Amino acid sequence: MYQYDKYDQAIVDARVEEFRDQVRRRMAGEITEDQFKPLRLMNGLYLQLHAYMLRVAIPYGTLSGKQMKMLGHIARKYDRDYGHFTTRQNLQYNWIKLEDTPDILADLASVEMHAIQTSGNCIRNISSDQYAGAAADEVTDPRPWAELLRQWSTFHPEFSYLPRKFKIAVIASAEDRAAMRLHDIGIELVKKDGVLGARIFVGGGMGRTPMIAPEINPFVPAEDLLSYLEACLRVYNRYGRRDNAYKARIKILIHEHGADNYRADVAKEFAHVKTLGLDPPLAEFDRITAFFAAPAFDATAADDLDLSDPDFAVWVDQNVKPHKAKGYAIVNIAVKPTGGIPGDATSDQIDLMADLATAYSFDELRVTHAQNIVLPHVKKADLYAVWQKLNDAGLANANLDLISDIIACPGLDYCSLANARSIPVAQKISERFADLERQRDIGELKLKISGCINACGHHHAGHIGILGVDKKGVENYQITLGGSGAEDVSIGKIMGPGFDENGAVDAIERIVEKYREVREGDERFLDTYRRVGNDVFKEAIYG
Amino acid sequence: MGDPIVSFAEFEGSNATAVRIAPGDDARVLLPHLDRLTLVEVTFPAFRDGRGYSSARILRESGYKGTLRAAGDVLVDQVPYMKRCGFDDFAPNAPLDQTVVEKLSGLYPEPYQRTVDGAVPVWKLRHG
Ligand code: HEM
Ligand code: SF4
Repeated sequence: MYQYDKYDQAIVDARVEEFRDQVRRRMAGEITEDQFKPLRLMNGLYLQLHAYMLRVAIPYGTLSGKQMKMLGHIARKYDRDYGHFTTRQNLQYNWIKLEDTPDILADLASVEMHAIQTSGNCIRNISSDQYAGAAADEVTDPRPWAELLRQWSTFHPEFSYLPRKFKIAVIASAEDRAAMRLHDIGIELVKKDGVLGARIFVGGGMGRTPMIAPEINPFVPAEDLLSYLEACLRVYNRYGRRDNAYKARIKILIHEHGADNYRADVAKEFAHVKTLGLDPPLAEFDRITAFFAAPAFDATAADDLDLSDPDFAVWVDQNVKPHKAKGYAIVNIAVKPTGGIPGDATSDQIDLMADLATAYSFDELRVTHAQNIVLPHVKKADLYAVWQKLNDAGLANANLDLISDIIACPGLDYCSLANARSIPVAQKISERFADLERQRDIGELKLKISGCINACGHHHAGHIGILGVDKKGVENYQITLGGSGAEDVSIGKIMGPGFDENGAVDAIERIVEKYREVREGDERFLDTYRRVGNDVFKEAIYG
Repeated sequence: MGDPIVSFAEFEGSNATAVRIAPGDDARVLLPHLDRLTLVEVTFPAFRDGRGYSSARILRESGYKGTLRAAGDVLVDQVPYMKRCGFDDFAPNAPLDQTVVEKLSGLYPEPYQRTVDGAVPVWKLRHG
């Protein structure tokens, strides 16, 4: 894992001091809420329905046991004993007092963490593949690249008042586990003639106008990457729309202006920017890469596994994924208990996951965009012990990628922009499908819920998506089918009129039963939908 | 200094030495005339509109040596970012709190990026 040197630490420490002063000025009434807002937003501090919400950055979703412990400590000391893992691989606290935030940031800084640029119209926390460094299918570990981007984007002086927020994801596998093409910039690391470089997609996003990012450059070499991104951002900063917040994302610029024109503008800007010497030397890239060297795997670790305990066997089958090192495995902790709140974990659960990482996973954890946690490097011989401890803590639900592994935004329970609640719908669906055998028979089914069109819950990318709308003051839920955030990326289609909460849960069940009826072989729900089309499911929903 | 400032529209074809540019004006139009210019005032009608940061950097990157002024809705916490983009003069709508300006200006020792302010980026310090 990356470790701060004195420069990194000084920057994060300075931020704590700066924010302490900003909070002091706000509390003393020296600045208005309107003036304070962009300042606090650049520190991930939102004002929600009931309280301040603080979003902590977990760069590319990677953290150590010690950092995870600190997240538990903060939840215990300053919040209501829990935190919420988000679709951007971050963690949110829902009940924060403004006056505590400088101390929270200081606690975070003590373990090389921060809340920098977790909101605001700037380059947000860089997201990545949760299996980075462990996946058998990656061409390289994407995290050194993501760390390079973290440093470049931190307090970028030109790009801190962009037209709108800006999200970047970096992956390095053909299998996309990070919804890469639904980001403002998606980067896929590829090899060309034995040399690593970045394939660049620009202009993806969700929100009210979901779009899949087109490829803007098939190959940017490492030594040009920052200059190229600088050019991408400058064209956006200068020409992105600022007249209407809903049309301000880069996806709209690319849509209105055309990918070819944007590409040409970037090429022109890049030709200029590249003369300025902005790219760090490759030695800096090597320095960062060294931090992500593979841990000292035990070459003699046994590859076989005792699956005589049936519950354990089911969990292994569903939640454990192949590792690139022999005798090791990737453990997914689904933070999705039946009837629970997706992504919420108590301080004790956070502590336990931290301890397991320290004892069994080379002190590393990951947060996934599906609001789950990963222990990336667990010896197969330790899996049973890990599973037992997770089970005792209510964290061994074997539902990864199944219908109850739901992504849900905070919705009307917390969010001031919401039209409808998301959490209770998620809870009801997970209860309706509580039978694990039935879930496993249904197979991979990604269900995602947003409480309004901003799409924080990725409903556009759900195999089944649920969107909360306001229908004459009553919460109403629209259903979309056929979305995907993976390498077969697509945007879901709205089926028809919405339902109330219970009606939506019933409709989901009718969709699922129709799928079971018409699927062929071991076809996934998504593939069946793509094969048979809308009408079969519309008929099932509306009869 | 002291020359009358002309607007971007009036600048074309004039021999003015001071010009005011709005967020949507293309700073690159000024590049052939940089030798003559002594003042470029970049306006910020709303603090959220960050186009002026790019305008400033483009001018400095092309060798502009004169005064670069940020005018309008300029907030104290933005001043460090603006300086890093090459601004060296400020005409804010509301006066800046000088104690805060000073505190902020000394706060961040070394930046991550190379820009036009001459500050040595962290990667350069690490590798010489
Ligand atoms: C509770 C307070 C929140 C507020 C006020 C909020 C606000 C918004 C808004 C306004 C957008 C639309 C932006 C646009 O289309 O330009 C958005 C998109 C998004 N938010 Fe949130 N959000 C909140 C919480 C969350 C949470 C908890 C997550 C993660 C679980 C999240 C993840 C996202 C994602 C992934 C998008 C879509 C990104 C895209 O459009 O490309 N947000 N949010
Ligand atoms: S999707 Fe809407 S309701 Fe849900 S968190 Fe985002 S803004 Fe709030």
